[in-house]
Amino acid sequence: MKSETGFDPDLFNRFPTQGDRPEGEEEGLKRVWCAPKGWEYLTVVNNNYVGIYYLGTAFLFFLLAGVLGLLMRVQLAAPLMNVLPQATYNQVFTMHGTVMMFLFAVPMVEAAGVLLLPQMLAARDLPFPRLSAYAFWAYAVGGLAFFGSLFIGLAPDGGWFMYPPLTSKAYSPGINTDFWLLGIGFIEISAIAGAVEIIVGVLRTRAPGMSLDKMPIFAWAMLVFAVMIVIAFPSVILATLLLEIERAFNWPFFDATRGGDPVLWQHLFWFFGHPEVYIIFLPAAGMMSMIIPTVARAELVGYRLIVLAMIATGFISFGVWAHHMFATGLPPMTAGFFSAASMAVSLPAGIQVFSWIATFAVGKPRFNTPGLFAMGSVVIFVTGGLTGVMVALVPFDWQAHDTYFIVAHLHYVLIGGMVFPLFAAMYYWIPMVSRRPLSERWGRWVFGLMFGGMNIAFMPMHLSGLMGMPRRIYTYLPGSGWDTLNLISTLGAFMLAAGVLLFLIDMARNFRLAPEEGEAGNVFGAGTLEWLPTGLYSTRSIPVVKSREPLWDDPNISEDVERGRYFLPRTATGRRETIVTSPLLAEPQYVQIMPGPSVWPFAAALFTAGFFLALTVQAYLFALVSGVLGILAVLCWLADTDLPVPENDVDIGAGIRVPTYVTGPQSHGWWAMMILIVVMGMIFAMALFSLAFLWGNQPSFWTAPPPMLEALPIALGYLAVIAAAWGTRELHRIGKSWAILPALAGAIVAPALLWLDIGAWSAVTAPDAGGQGAAVFALFSLQGMVAAIAVLMALYLGWRQLRRVVTARRNNTLDLTCLFIAYTGAQGLVGTLFARSIGA
Amino acid sequence: MPAETDLKAVLGGWPPAVLDPAGPYSEPVTLLSWALLIGGAVVLAIVLAALGVALWGAPSLRKRLGGDKAIWIGGVAFPVVVLTVLLVWGLWLTGDLAAKAPRPGEMRVRVTGEMWWWRVSYLDKAGRPVMQDANELHVPIGETVLLELDSADVIHSFWVPRLAGKMDMIPGRRNLLRIQADQPGTYGGQCAEYCGGPHALMGFAVVAHTPESFKRWRAGRLAPRPAPPPSRGQELFLTSGCAACHTIAGTEARGLAGPDLTHVGSRRTLGAGILPNNRGTLAGWIADSQTLKPGNRMPNYKQFTAEELNALADYLAGLK
Repeated sequence: MKSETGFDPDLFNRFPTQGDRPEGEEEGLKRVWCAPKGWEYLTVVNNNYVGIYYLGTAFLFFLLAGVLGLLMRVQLAAPLMNVLPQATYNQVFTMHGTVMMFLFAVPMVEAAGVLLLPQMLAARDLPFPRLSAYAFWAYAVGGLAFFGSLFIGLAPDGGWFMYPPLTSKAYSPGINTDFWLLGIGFIEISAIAGAVEIIVGVLRTRAPGMSLDKMPIFAWAMLVFAVMIVIAFPSVILATLLLEIERAFNWPFFDATRGGDPVLWQHLFWFFGHPEVYIIFLPAAGMMSMIIPTVARAELVGYRLIVLAMIATGFISFGVWAHHMFATGLPPMTAGFFSAASMAVSLPAGIQVFSWIATFAVGKPRFNTPGLFAMGSVVIFVTGGLTGVMVALVPFDWQAHDTYFIVAHLHYVLIGGMVFPLFAAMYYWIPMVSRRPLSERWGRWVFGLMFGGMNIAFMPMHLSGLMGMPRRIYTYLPGSGWDTLNLISTLGAFMLAAGVLLFLIDMARNFRLAPEEGEAGNVFGAGTLEWLPTGLYSTRSIPVVKSREPLWDDPNISEDVERGRYFLPRTATGRRETIVTSPLLAEPQYVQIMPGPSVWPFAAALFTAGFFLALTVQAYLFALVSGVLGILAVLCWLADTDLPVPENDVDIGAGIRVPTYVTGPQSHGWWAMMILIVVMGMIFAMALFSLAFLWGNQPSFWTAPPPMLEALPIALGYLAVIAAAWGTRELHRIGKSWAILPALAGAIVAPALLWLDIGAWSAVTAPDAGGQGAAVFALFSLQGMVAAIAVLMALYLGWRQLRRVVTARRNNTLDLTCLFIAYTGAQGLVGTLFARSIGA
Repeated sequence: MPAETDLKAVLGGWPPAVLDPAGPYSEPVTLLSWALLIGGAVVLAIVLAALGVALWGAPSLRKRLGGDKAIWIGGVAFPVVVLTVLLVWGLWLTGDLAAKAPRPGEMRVRVTGEMWWWRVSYLDKAGRPVMQDANELHVPIGETVLLELDSADVIHSFWVPRLAGKMDMIPGRRNLLRIQADQPGTYGGQCAEYCGGPHALMGFAVVAHTPESFKRWRAGRLAPRPAPPPSRGQELFLTSGCAACHTIAGTEARGLAGPDLTHVGSRRTLGAGILPNNRGTLAGWIADSQTLKPGNRMPNYKQFTAEELNALADYLAGLK
């Protein structure tokens, strides 16, 4: 392929340009991307700030959950200890798992993406900075409030996996469980928002010339990570929604006595829960693949294999979820399939491990702190991987499942696969943002304590598990033979914690944030773009990328970039902007004008948190007010986006001109909307699965659905909604001023159709009558939610029409609204037909 | 048997239960476990050696490691071979161990997980319950026993590691598990699926008898029981609310919420495997079970005087 977009690749040869740039350009950039002052720190949206906030918060949760882990270790150090009473222990182990998985691991790697990706891709920022800010604040406020439930004794106590019926109203009547369900809501929101951001960022804002095969491997990892979030998270979003509805309104999704099935929860949870492990591991593996070449001073061996391995991991990871359920009595054939897939997923991991070893072998490895953590990670991760293969064997798993053997296994995988790479990454990238690097001398101690402590804490657990010690027990009896092993584990845990403490002290000594300039810089001699000199606007100019390690291959690149000899050495429209490039070959397509700082994402996040927390404590009026204010805040944040600018096209350097606005499938907004639709579609698909699953497992509770024929007018109505949305786009294209009317009509008709459907079903069953009714009305609830959003979007579009900012060429908001309305029609159509066909 | 040994049997000990099989439904898994543990250690050693060579090895060795070929061999070819062998072994064993329908003439027992104890119901050939017990299961050696695993409330998991792998007890489903003990003795286990509250204190024991001893035990249990002579303890039991939750055959006590106490005096442990069973612990349990097993469903009966507690404990300990 010579060119993807018709862009002439020879134009890249005009760079680096010669001579000096005019005076004032750099000042212009600095003015537009200026640093916040005072309370403006709440309104920042730039990834240099949001990324740091995000990382700091996620690391805080690592420390908090770590302290919980230590408390548990103290309680288990000897039999019948009374440090944590039973009820407290059950809350503490639930929070340890939940916080580590949801509030630390996923946000941490997402935060690393927010901070690092724009630098690695030489973009000025991620494509939706306000969305990043919103995702961060929702997560920080919601997460801290959720963690606070521990201090008032109301923390969830059903385990991080929250199996019903233990977590249903009958056996968990308190609001502890609701805290979990709603607390997780924030993390779901911020994970999805981050995934949209990262997919569009990686595919559309790479430096010109950085084709997919020249992309830093971390960006590949984040791309696979984000796609996996889009596929996996909808399942847990639906699961938490259903359980909360069951608890609040008595719809029996998981109640076996009324046509529900507790095993449905396990499928929904683990369809998310196991990919989650790879969602955490892949970005960390991507970091390893960035750090090891630098440490070894050699190019990464097997770049293409690693990319393939990461994609393969993504695929296979969706076929392994039921290995958490081998003891539920799965048919042997089913168990066999999941067993095979669970073993197969170790192959891509093996490829990556041997690629790292090969890279060490060809290079001249240095034993600096990032290097030590990377090597330690390989050792620990391989150990965890091997026990993973063991538990993939069904008969062995029947013994090891839910024992301390699994506790050992998962900590080896997650500490080796994520925590050690993360510490390597912190030592490696801190010089990029701090005036001083961390101490190498202290780093050795940190590594030694953490590596030793980790193994001393978790290695004995393999044995205590084989000796019959189950997981999630708050105490054990004397004479069980587990006491010595547990005492050793406790000592190891404190050694591990001592390493982390030393790291914190070193951070306090040496970490000095320098977001504008003056950072320590490329102390390890890496070859990728994040080590170019930067300001708050990222690089002064955006280089043409010709290889995977531009800094190794072009010794002048830093100076040329800094002197503005590449793309976009100024602000072309006087606003924040970045170059949007084509997804495969990264040819420049247009200049995206980016929104600047705004208080509204912060406000929207506060009100979102207020909404969820008020729901939890059943302050419904407050929840309503918060929800409305939250929506208003989002509208305010949108109000100054997608507005006309005087320049239709601009010079982005060397006389190359690109437009400042595009529409349709080329635009970054269109990509984001498509990803959102995939998310909504996945949530809905999981709800369809739930209905079919309950029918398959509880057929005796089924009643005949309303006749299919009666659905004909409803189905035709939904088709009309789709047609109306399409019609609006076409009418707008030919310049009709009343073009938005069909879409508005479609958005209003969709809820009416839903009303008809609900009427027909109400004659047959009710949502609290049994599993069937609950599952069907869950479909309607989802449809109602989507329809309400469509109405809101249509009203927003109407308001823009009144403001006269919908013009013949500037129509992204219109396009995206129509896409969503069409989706609403499509989802309604599928739901209507599907619900009536199950058990007909 | 001293109580100390009983408690150990209920909760494990050395050698590790998983590696110390006592019947044909655990033995093949132990062999597999050893293969996995040793094989895993060997593979770990190989990877560590490769990492060592990569970091410190002679240049010629490092050169061999540093290419796509090494990745294909170490990361793909070698694991594919090993995993295929393991997969076949695992699948074969899975099919072999999974319990399907009852075999003709096989002993059947229904074990129901409850928060936080085990209801044990011996079934006849037609699957009807014939006798009730709790927290321990008596079986003859050398014979398979089919367990029907139910749940009365939340999900529990039945696990006696020396006899078989674990199987969940899920509301709305009935899972089957086959066990067999080859030597007389007591085999301990514990609930393996987190079930809230005192999940940690939900033990279980399988008592395996020689065929003759089992026959005697069974005959003793099935024999019609003469009405026990009226006693102070029985009177207290029947008038203090105990009978609302517990059954004692031959009396008016017919409660079903808690364990059947008809033979409570002959059980090895109290409170689902957490205390030795004697008059002292019985009295302590009645007065203050919430301290011994916080969160369990039986309230404390603080109203009894010491004399009353003794009478009750005497009565219950006498229910052999």
